[in-house]
Amino acid sequence: MVLNCRHVWDYISGYLDNTLDATTRAHVEEHLAHCEICSAILDSTRNILILTADDRVFELPLGYSERLHARLTQAMLEVPPPEPAASS
Amino acid sequence: MIQKVLAGETETFHELIRPYERSVYLMALSLLRNEAEAEDAAQEAIIKGYRNLGKFRAEARFSTWLITIVLNEARARLRRKQPGLTDSIDDTSEDSPVPAQLTDWREIPSETLERQEVRSLIRRALDALPIAYREVFVLRELEDHNVQETADTLGITTASVKMRLHRARMMLQKQLAPQLKSAVPVSRRRFPWF
Repeated sequence: MVLNCRHVWDYISGYLDNTLDATTRAHVEEHLAHCEICSAILDSTRNILILTADDRVFELPLGYSERLHARLTQAMLEVPPPEPAASS
Repeated sequence: MIQKVLAGETETFHELIRPYERSVYLMALSLLRNEAEAEDAAQEAIIKGYRNLGKFRAEARFSTWLITIVLNEARARLRRKQPGLTDSIDDTSEDSPVPAQLTDWREIPSETLERQEVRSLIRRALDALPIAYREVFVLRELEDHNVQETADTLGITTASVKMRLHRARMMLQKQLAPQLKSAVPVSRRRFPWF
């Protein structure tokens, strides 16, 4: 089976997640070895996923945790404590 | 800890939720795209979690249960703001986004995230994803939930999770690869000591 570029693009997530079957993975690798564009797409996707998952992209607002716990403390005073749900 | 809270040691709930504070906020932010509103939704979700802790079932992961609560809270707020808002997502469609076709890619190191401009590019690209893809992407890539957990949280099939994640990744590559390439020129992408 010879894969064209569009087929390979469809397999990029499976390739990155290592969920492709061995035969398909081998065909994808064969294509990547000769295709500069698909190699760049794979490398850039992998790179972008690493950058996106970095904690620095989304920082918590200053004082977020303190405000959260303060509001929770207030709510705990206003509502009765939780109780185990009655088992059926 | 859950048993302690239910037995009356309510203060323990503060410690119980501490590891998930960031996840809850991120999930709300990814849907609402507004920091103040995301913080309010996160607080509301945590309080709902406290009130409903007795309904938590041990077979579920506490983090998944809490994320489901904040997801519902954020979705409800979105619906109130934009009643007709729905994504027309067709998971069975054969059409996948065409990625940006570059002839080379030089790795952009994580150190470039120190630059506000680079962080903003990434946040904007995530915000531009359709909500249904954004939810899956955040759960899988940012929260590290597996495919089954993501499917359970969102009430969709594992096949839909995989499809939406793939499309989200390709959309991000299409938008971000050219932008990052321009924003981080080759000379600045290399470590000075190499």
